[in-house]
This record gives sequence, structure tokens and C-alpha cells, in this order.
Amino acid sequence: MVKHGALRKVQYGILVFLGICFLLPLLWIILAAFDPNAQQGIKVPDTFTLKNFSDVLGDPSNLRSFGIGILLSGGQAIIVVVVSVLAAYPLSRYEMRFKKSFMLSILFMTALPITAVMVPVFQMFLFFKLQNSIIATMLFLTSSSLPYGIWMMKNFMDSVPIDLEEASWMDGASVWTGLRKVVSPLMLPGIATIAIFTFSGSWGNFFVPYILLQTPDKLPASVTIYQFFGSHGMVEYGRLAAFSLLYTMPSVILYIFSQRYMSKGFSMGGATKG
Amino acid sequence: MKRKGPGAYWFLMPSVLLLLIFFIVPIILTIGFAFTNMALTGSAAQNLEFVGFQNFVNMFQDPDFRISVWRTLTFLIFSAVIGQVVLGFILALLMKEKNMTFRRIIGLIVIAGWVTPEIVVAFCMVAFFSDNGSLNQILGWFGANPVSWLFSFPMVSVIIANIWHGTAFSMMVYQSALDEIPKDIEEAAVIDSATNFQILRYITIPMVKGSIVTNMMLVTLQTLGVFTLIYTMTGGGPGTSTNTLPIFMYNQAFVNYQFGYGTAISLVLLFIGIIASLFYMRSMKVKV
Repeated sequence: MVKHGALRKVQYGILVFLGICFLLPLLWIILAAFDPNAQQGIKVPDTFTLKNFSDVLGDPSNLRSFGIGILLSGGQAIIVVVVSVLAAYPLSRYEMRFKKSFMLSILFMTALPITAVMVPVFQMFLFFKLQNSIIATMLFLTSSSLPYGIWMMKNFMDSVPIDLEEASWMDGASVWTGLRKVVSPLMLPGIATIAIFTFSGSWGNFFVPYILLQTPDKLPASVTIYQFFGSHGMVEYGRLAAFSLLYTMPSVILYIFSQRYMSKGFSMGGATKG
Repeated sequence: MKRKGPGAYWFLMPSVLLLLIFFIVPIILTIGFAFTNMALTGSAAQNLEFVGFQNFVNMFQDPDFRISVWRTLTFLIFSAVIGQVVLGFILALLMKEKNMTFRRIIGLIVIAGWVTPEIVVAFCMVAFFSDNGSLNQILGWFGANPVSWLFSFPMVSVIIANIWHGTAFSMMVYQSALDEIPKDIEEAAVIDSATNFQILRYITIPMVKGSIVTNMMLVTLQTLGVFTLIYTMTGGGPGTSTNTLPIFMYNQAFVNYQFGYGTAISLVLLFIGIIASLFYMRSMKVKV
């Protein structure tokens, strides 16, 4: 297969150009975080410092917001995994009359924009006096990512052969033990993928906690970082950048982990496989 | 062996309960509240009344609402359909059959913008477009005068920000779709002396058409709900120049405390979402 040399060079050229365009906004935040006198523009710091990071981490309210963020997203991820394993089991293994319509409704719900229901959700929280409750916010976040969790989990479970489970029943295991001791361990990569995606999704979610939580001592990192931006963001670029990097870190680390678990490529998050 | 039995419903119970309370009920409430005069302040706060289609009548007469629909469409078409879907495809196509290390580096840079949380994306972009920011800095090297991007071209700025954040998703979808095209088909076309454009037009694009359509619907739905990025970068302004439906809804409900009106706007958003979602499901041709 003969390749046109010139065309290939042009293609490399375009890719390098696009790569630089994508890199520039990110480069600023990385350089500014280590710069004692960070400005809005990109510049290599004259001296590198970690002071921005120690300033951010030295503030106990920032640390608390990271803790709340981990609690909120971690709690949500655990509930999503447990509840969707339970739901996926009969959807994958049983014959049920409403299975098809249930799965279609689930798929439909995965696509709906959560933004659209936030006003009535806030009113519902107000009505039941749930506003400013971390647990209720966690449960709302859980339900908003549950459709995706169930859909993915069912597909993962379909790929676990039923023979192994049947063998365990022969040995006297109950359905419940079979699910816990045979099926779940076999689909650990799937479970990890769903947990990671759920965690990262709510870790990065600003709108939901911004609406549902009010008092400063209950706000997760996504909201405190916004407030920091609102009050100091236009002056203390270095600290804002350091705060942003610290806040972005969990998403990056979990993404790298998820790459290990995801089998090949990125086929619509497994959804196109039906 | 497929089993039957009432046990199945117990397994489904927790999910159904959670979805019912936090997903279905809010949607029903959206429909209900949209026909009331609900408000947190003023006389309407005390006596909640059914007002029929009044919110919708007000909405369609409200010039701000019409502007908002227009802004949402502009944002959707340029940042989702043209921006992410097309740029993602171009990236995936160009990266095909390139040096592995090179491919990986470019891929990582693009994906970094996607992994970064929306609010940090907004900070990066505020700095990038600011008066002394990187963009003006670079344009300055070519002798151009600095431009207040966020003030003079706010829509362009938020569109570029959303493209920067979202393109990686489309790129990854197309990459896996392109990888699945058997090599021999394109090779046969080369032997038959097809031009590169002909291969793209008659082989590559038709073979990944399914992925393109599904991805386009998914990206449209995601972009429809974008709030954080615009709220942080411009707050919907200056004036109403980036006031998309989610921002308009937020301002009516949480700034002006007109919950009935805010819910009516949510309902419009939800309605557009439902239509796009149905198209998305059709495009996937799922077998359950």
C-alpha cells in the first residue's frame, strides 16, 4: 500500500497543531500551580514553589471539603454498585414479563439531562426538609447514575457463563451465595469500571451539591473550589491552579485505573453491545 | 437455564424504589409544578395555586425565553454537532495508522481535557480567554491587538470551552469504530485506484455511520444539560448573550425565586431531552 508522503506530513502537521491547541489551556494551570507569582497568561515560573499547594491544604475547610467530596462520591459509588448488581441479576438470569420494557426505560433514563429535574428536586427536598442533607444528596446522586449502572452491570453479567453458577447450586449454594461468591468475583472488572465512572461523575459534579447543600461545612470540593474562584479567583491564580490540580487528581488517577479494567477500546461504554 | 419466580422482584426492589423516589417523582413534579404559581417570595409564596397554562403563555411571550432557546440551539449546533462530532471524527481519522507513540501522546492531551472536571475546565478557559491570557499572548506574537474574548465573543468562548472538554469522547468512539473496519476493504479500494476522498466518502463514513448517529445524539443530550461550564465562565452574560436554557431556568428558579416559571422552563428542557433520547434509542437499534 503506497502512501503519499506529502499528505502524511500534512496530516502529522494538523495533528501537532490540534495537540498544541488542546494542550495550551491545561499547560497554564500546571505551570501556574507551581508559580509564586502566577498570572493569567502562560509563563514558565522563575522559581518553582509548592507554597500554593501547602496554602490550599493548610486550610482545614478545604481539607474538609475534600473529605465530604470523597464521602459523597464514595458512598454513592458503593450504593450504585450494590443496588445495580442486585438489579442486574434477575435482568440477566430470570425470565420476566416486563424485562424488555424495564431495560428500555433504563436506557431512556441514562440519556435524560439531570439538569432538567433540578428545580423540582430542590422543591421536593424543601418539602421533605431534606435540603442540606448529605445523605439525601448522596441518594439523589445515586439514583441519577443508577440507570447507567444497571445497564452496564446487566451487560457485564450477561457475559458471565451460567454454568459456574449452576455448579455452585449443585454443591448446595443458594442463589444469594451464588451471586455473592461466584458471579460478583467473576465480574470484578465490570464492577470496578462502574464504580470508577460513578465516583468520577459525581466528584466532578458541581450543580447538584450547589443546589441541594447550603451550609459551608457540608459543601464538597466541587462547590468550595467554585467559591474560592468567586472570592479570590481573579487575584490568587497560583492558589486557584493548585486547588484545581489537587481537585482534578482523583479523576485522573481513577481514569488511569479504569483503563486497566476496560477490556478493549471504548465501545460506547459497552452500550452498543446491547 | 432461565428461571422464573417471585424472587426476581426482590432483587429489583432497591433500584425501583430509588428510581421512583429520586427520578420518576421529580419528573412528575416537574409536570405538576409547571402549572402552578409556586414561588418562594411574594404573595404567591403563601397560596399555591393552579394557574393552568399561564406559565407557558408567559414563557412564549417572554423575549428572554426566545433568546434563550436561540442561544441553546447555537450552543448545541456549534459545540456539539459541529464541534465535538466533527472535530472528534477528524482527530480519529488523522490518528489512524500513525506512529503509535505519537498517537498516544496526542490522544492523552485530548483526553486530559475530558477527564478534567467541568469546573476546572471553566477556570482553565477563563484564564485562556482573559485579557492577559494565553490566547491574547499568542495573538500578540503575530502583532494582533488583545481582545476581551469573554466580553466581546462570549458565545464563541463557551463553545470552544465545551469542544475542548467534550471532543475526546467522540474521538474515542470513532477510534474504536474505525479500528473495526476490515483493512482489506480499503486496500481493495486502493488497488482499484480510488482516491483518498472516495475511500472516505464511500467506504469509511458509511461503515461508521451507526457510531456517528448514536454519538451525535449522546453528545447533543450531554450538551443540552451543560450548566457548570457556562455558569462559571460567563454566568449567562454579558447581558443574555450566553443565557442558555439551563442558565435561564436556574436564574428564574434560584435567583428570582419563581419556581413555577422555572419548572415550566425545566419542562421544555426535559421535553427536548425526551425527544433526543428517543432518537438516540432508535439510532442504537438495541436488542434487550
